[in-house]
Formats: sequence, C-alpha cells, structure tokens
Amino acid sequence: MSDLEPSEIEPSELEPSAGLSAAAATFSAYAPAPESRSIVSIRDRYGLWIDGESTDAEGGATFASIEPATGDVIARIADASAADVDRAVLAARTAYETTWRDLSPSARGRHLFRIARLIQERAREFAVLESIDGGKPIRESRDVDVPLAAAHFFHHAGWADKLDWAFGGGESPRPLGVAAQIIPWNFPLLMASWKIAPALACGNTVVLKPAETTSLTALLLTEILTEADLPPGVVNIVTGGAATGAALATHRGVDKVAFTGSTEVGRTIRRATAMTGARLTLELGGKSAHVVFDDAPIDQAVEGVVRGIWFNQGHVCCAGSRLLLQESIAEEFLEKLRRRMELLRVGDPLDNNTDIGAVNSEEQLARIRELCAVGVAEGAELVQSGCELPDRGWFFPPSLFTGVDTSSRIAVEEIFGPVLVSMTFRTPEEAIAKANATPYGLAAGVWTANGARILWMAQRLRAGVVWANTYNQFDPTSPFGGMRESGFGREGGRHGLEAYLQFGPPRGGPPRGGPVPGGPLPGSGDRRALR
Amino acid sequence: MSGLGAPKTYKLYVGGAFIRSESGRVAPVAGPDGTVAARVCEASRKDLRDAVTAARTAQPGWAAATPYLRGQILYRVAEMLDGRQEQFIDELEAGGMQTDDAAAEVEAAVDAWIWWAGWTDKLAQVLGAVNPVAGPFLNVSTPEPTGVVGVVAPADRPLAGLAELLAPVLCGGNTAVVLASELSPFAPLTFGEVLATSDLPAGAANLLVGSTKDLAPWLADHHDVDALEISGVTDEASARDLLVRSAHNLKRVARTDGARTPRTAGEFLEIKTVWHPARL
Repeated sequence: MSDLEPSEIEPSELEPSAGLSAAAATFSAYAPAPESRSIVSIRDRYGLWIDGESTDAEGGATFASIEPATGDVIARIADASAADVDRAVLAARTAYETTWRDLSPSARGRHLFRIARLIQERAREFAVLESIDGGKPIRESRDVDVPLAAAHFFHHAGWADKLDWAFGGGESPRPLGVAAQIIPWNFPLLMASWKIAPALACGNTVVLKPAETTSLTALLLTEILTEADLPPGVVNIVTGGAATGAALATHRGVDKVAFTGSTEVGRTIRRATAMTGARLTLELGGKSAHVVFDDAPIDQAVEGVVRGIWFNQGHVCCAGSRLLLQESIAEEFLEKLRRRMELLRVGDPLDNNTDIGAVNSEEQLARIRELCAVGVAEGAELVQSGCELPDRGWFFPPSLFTGVDTSSRIAVEEIFGPVLVSMTFRTPEEAIAKANATPYGLAAGVWTANGARILWMAQRLRAGVVWANTYNQFDPTSPFGGMRESGFGREGGRHGLEAYLQFGPPRGGPPRGGPVPGGPLPGSGDRRALR
Repeated sequence: MSGLGAPKTYKLYVGGAFIRSESGRVAPVAGPDGTVAARVCEASRKDLRDAVTAARTAQPGWAAATPYLRGQILYRVAEMLDGRQEQFIDELEAGGMQTDDAAAEVEAAVDAWIWWAGWTDKLAQVLGAVNPVAGPFLNVSTPEPTGVVGVVAPADRPLAGLAELLAPVLCGGNTAVVLASELSPFAPLTFGEVLATSDLPAGAANLLVGSTKDLAPWLADHHDVDALEISGVTDEASARDLLVRSAHNLKRVARTDGARTPRTAGEFLEIKTVWHPARL
C-alpha cells in the first residue's frame, strides 16, 4: 500500500523502461475514490424535532457534533433537557390519542411505504451523511445501512394492516401507546428504522433519542417524515447525551422503552422501568464466538471472520470478536488471516475503497487502546496491521490477539472495536463450552462442511442469532436479539412486533399521560409482559 | 379434617427428594378452625439455593427430552393428580377452602396440566418461523428454553394456580423452583408426591414453602436463575422490588396469570435464529 497520489507519481516512473520494481510501485500506487460530499448540506445548527417542528432546546443548549475522520466540529445540535423530553412525550401522547391510534391500519401502512420509498430515493445522501457523521466506510453505509433501513420500513409497512393474522388464536393485538426509543451510534439510521418502523406499524407513537455522536441522519429522516405526511407528533426526536436518555427512559408518560446499547446502561434502564411500569426490550452487548472447524472451507471462513470482526470498525454488538479455531488448523488459519488483515484499507470513510473507517469517538478510541494495552499486559500476543493511519481523526488498525487466556479481560469484555481475540479448541464439546463461557448471548458463528455438526452446534450455542457458514447477515424478516445478558426481546419479523403490542383484555390502572407520581403497577397495560 | 387423622410433617420437594429444611425449621400451620392442622418444613435461603442447583442440573436433560416425551410426562402428572382428588380436596380444605371450591381447584389443576401436556410438541410450530430473507439463505427461528425459572405461585389458588404457572414453564423445557402457597401449603407439598411419581426427572420442578416475602427476593437475586414468573405476587411494591433485583443478570420477568395462550409458555422461551447459505 502506498500513500502516493496519482499526481505525485513522476512520469518517468510510468515508462515501461523504468523496470520491474517501478512497475510494481505503479501497480500498488493508490488512487483514492472519494464519494462527493456535495450531495449533503450540513447545517450549522440543528434543533429537536417535536410535534412536527424543529425547535430549540430549553435555554438554547447545544452540543457539538464532531466528524470522527477529521475531529472537526460539523454542527451544533440542540441538547434536550428533561423539560424538552416532557414536551416530546406530550406531543407523542397527543398524537397517539388524537390521530395515530385511530387511523386505519392501512393508512398507517401507507405512510410507512412512502417513507421506505423516500429513503430509497435519497439513499446516496443518507449514505454520505452517515459516513461523515459516524465514520463508517461509505461502502457499508451505501450497501448495508441505508438499503436495510428502507427495507425495514417497507417490511413493517405491510404488517400495519395484518396484525390480526400475526399471532393466531383470535387475539387482536393492540398498540401500547408512546414508545421511548434510545439507539446507539454504530448504525444510526438503521437502528432508528429498526425502532421506528415496527412501533409505527403497530400503532404506537415514538420519541426517539439518537446517540450523541450520531444525530444527523435521524434529523435528516425528519424531512422524509414530513414529506410522507406523517402526522405531527407521531415521531419526535430528542437529541442529547446521557442525561437526555435518562430523562426519556425514566419518563412516567411512556408505555414502552426500547433500548439498544451497553449491558451496563441496560441494567440501569431495567431498574428505572421497574419503577415507571413501562414495558421494556433491551438489545445489549456481546462477545460473540466465531467457531471454525478443521473441515471448513478455509478461505471462505477467513472472509467470514474478516466480515465478523472488521465490519463497521468492529463497532457491532454482534461482532464475531472471539475466534475459536480447531487446533489442527489454527496456525494455517491465523497465517491467512494475518495476510488478509494486512490488505484491509484503513482511512477516509468517504473513500469507496476504504474497508475500515474512523472510530466513532475519541472516547471509544481510548477504550479500545486501553483494552488492547490490558491484553498485552495480560500476556497475549498482539498483531496489528502495518497500514498507515491518517494523521488526523480517530483511527485504529485492525488487530488480532493470539495466545489469549479464556479468562483474560480481552476474552471476556466487549471491546467494540476492530480487535479480534483468538483461542483454540480440540473437540466440538470444548468449542461449545468455550463459546458459551460468557454472560452474553447475542450471536455466534460456526464454520464447518459437516451438516450434522452445524445443526448440533446451532442447537447448543447460547445465542439469539447463529450464523452458520456466514456472518453478519441482517434482514427485516429475521428476528434479531439476545439471550442472557445480551438483553431480551427481538427486533425484526413477526417476533419483533410483540415488543410493540399488547394482548388480551385491557386491565385497569391509572390513565397514562403526564408525569404520574408513583406510577401504575408494573405491567398494568398488559399483565403478560413485564419485560 | 378427617383425611388428616394422622397428621404428617409436610416436607419440601427438592432435587426429586422430600427434604426437611436445612435450617431445621418446622412451623405449625393452623387449619380453618384455628387448631394446628399439620406441621410444615419451612424453606430457608440455603434450601432455595439447593433447589436452584437441582433445577440447573436437571435443565439440560429435561430440555433434551423429546417434546413427545415431555408431553406424556405432563399428562402423567394430570393422571396422578386426578387419581388423588379426595386427598387434595381434604388438604385444600385444611388450607381454608370450602369443599366446592376445593373440588373445582383440583379439577382446574388437572385441566391445566392436560392443556399444557398437549402443547409441548406444538410450541415450535406456532412460535417458530422460517423467515423469507432477501438473499440466498435458509433462515429459521426456533424457541429454546430460557433455563431455570423461579415461580411465585398464588397463595389463594394453591393447586390450580401453581399448575397454571408451572406447567407452561416445564412445557417448553425449562426447570423450575416454585414458591408455593404459604397460606395453604398442604396441597402443593403433597403435589410433590404427584411429580415424584410422574417420571418428571428429579430436580425439574422443586417445591418450596416458606416466607414468600423473604424467599422471592432471594430468588430474584440469584445469579443462576434465568427468569421469574411473578403472577403470585399481589402487591405493587414487591413486584417492583423483584423487577429491580432481577436487573443484575437481566432475568426475564413475566406475569402471565397463567393465561391460556402459547405466548404464556413463550415468556420463558428464547427465539434463536439460524442462518445458513443456500447456494452452490
């Protein structure tokens, strides 16, 4: 890999007579293929989105949104206070009671179909903005995040008027009311879609809080919501940091909290919703095992492992971050993996050739560095790609630990960065024991050519999603979510709808609305699901 | 009281054995006339921990049993219960129920075990799915048991209430630690004898009686309990406290009231989705 810009290459070097070494240099000279920024216009300031209007936060408070690839402040964004969250919840409640709840299901569906279409039409704009704002490679935001976001709206649009057929037993499900949704920074638009689409399809209204470092695509989405004639207040967006999230998660006017983020914050929200009585689904952390047997097609498995850990800088809750190699192929596999790791291109997220973009925030970069230092101190061997990193912005090279002790911190804690830890096993039983030796249970991968072994493994891996001979595949029809401390509830498909519906006869309890001291009995909307 | 002419000391049912409390505590329990109806071993925190260990040990085997076998065993529970109706009616009366109510309670319990016996081999079809993803993959979602479930049974429906909460938990392949009615403990503890003679593996269901107010929080605190069924908790403050305590290991907490829908069993099932390429 070379830093040379095409213009820096001397003409003489391009002459055939310059010899083999020069030809090789020319061949490897890198020509960037940047996506143009001109398709997006980033405003200096962004407000909250409440009741169909952009509005300042209380007292005009703002925070800076920083581009991870440069460290530059690209916009100032309204920092919602508890009072602003109150306003947003009230707007959502009013919209629920006056328009959305009583709108015909097919009309709800049509709004969602239109949103899906409009996202598709502005896909490039969303992709570029996502990569600027969050640091992910344009190839991923263009080919994964944005198309899947549109697909989620399209899939759920069709559910809106078919809910009576979803669960059988003659049970007519009903919406819950106001859904508070708190999403992470790793897939900003996609997570917004995962949350908003099913909530709206089921007849709920929404207050969404994007992550502090990645608010812009959610705010761009408001233009589409307006264009799709979504009634004001059906979706409200409150931007801000942890205080905003806490105000929303603990708000007594919400009927449902859906959170995607760390297990630690998930526990806090569990305790908070115990007090408010809101229903809860949690999609939390992971330390997913990626198991490779000696009969696996090795080159495909290497690509699968690359996709598992180096997709989206490793900022993926279901990243295949613990590689478990059968002992007999470990050496050969690691050699191929190291070579493949060297070829990953780290750099400008807007470059179409970039494989690994910028780490989302300075704070996250510090955490990745800290855990890698811990790994080295614990005695594991660290190999990192020799790629050059850009001299500004937050970047971290793809990294691989070998000789990792199963109880070491890097083998147990979620790093949430492009860092893979590798261990070995001898028998399938040992692979299962090691794979399941974690309090998490989000995802797992297995590579083997033996069909019976795939099914045997798939039945025993304690994980909500098992990718066999593939990894990191997502689809709106496919339920996603964890076991154990990776959270509860599913997103996607028929199973994901349950998070936004209640069944059976309505139970008594105080009407919900503004802040209610004391709150109703947990699960008052529906005895069944305290989750 | 005629059925209790030779009052026995009621023992806890843990790991397939009838045990006295490790604490040695035995409490006299009064019948409706105010006199001591019988003595009951009172479960301690250590008994609860032992019961969780027994449930954890039994769980993989019970989950691995075929749904057909699990269904036959749950039906066997109904048969054994039905065959001892008179004793259970007497014991429910000793616990304070009127005769008619006690007969209805036993009948309802038998009915619940039969209803859930028929669900074991249908849950995966009704709750699972083949998902039509947009790509060359086979994508299948299936329910799997959550693991060890703590059940707080209702105090006022000692036998049917227990059946309606325990049967759906066992149905899906979970094992359970049940806090049975402390107001009417005789019938639920004798019910252990039904479980013990129904081919249910030892430890799959464990029955404790003691101070539910003390035991339930310990169950919520226990790190090796995966889920709680708290339909038997009647006061708001206790329910909240259990939810808060459940946060440390993110227990699933449900309050199904034993509703007759497969989603009741689904509260104690985890959906696992498996992807595999389908292409050359």
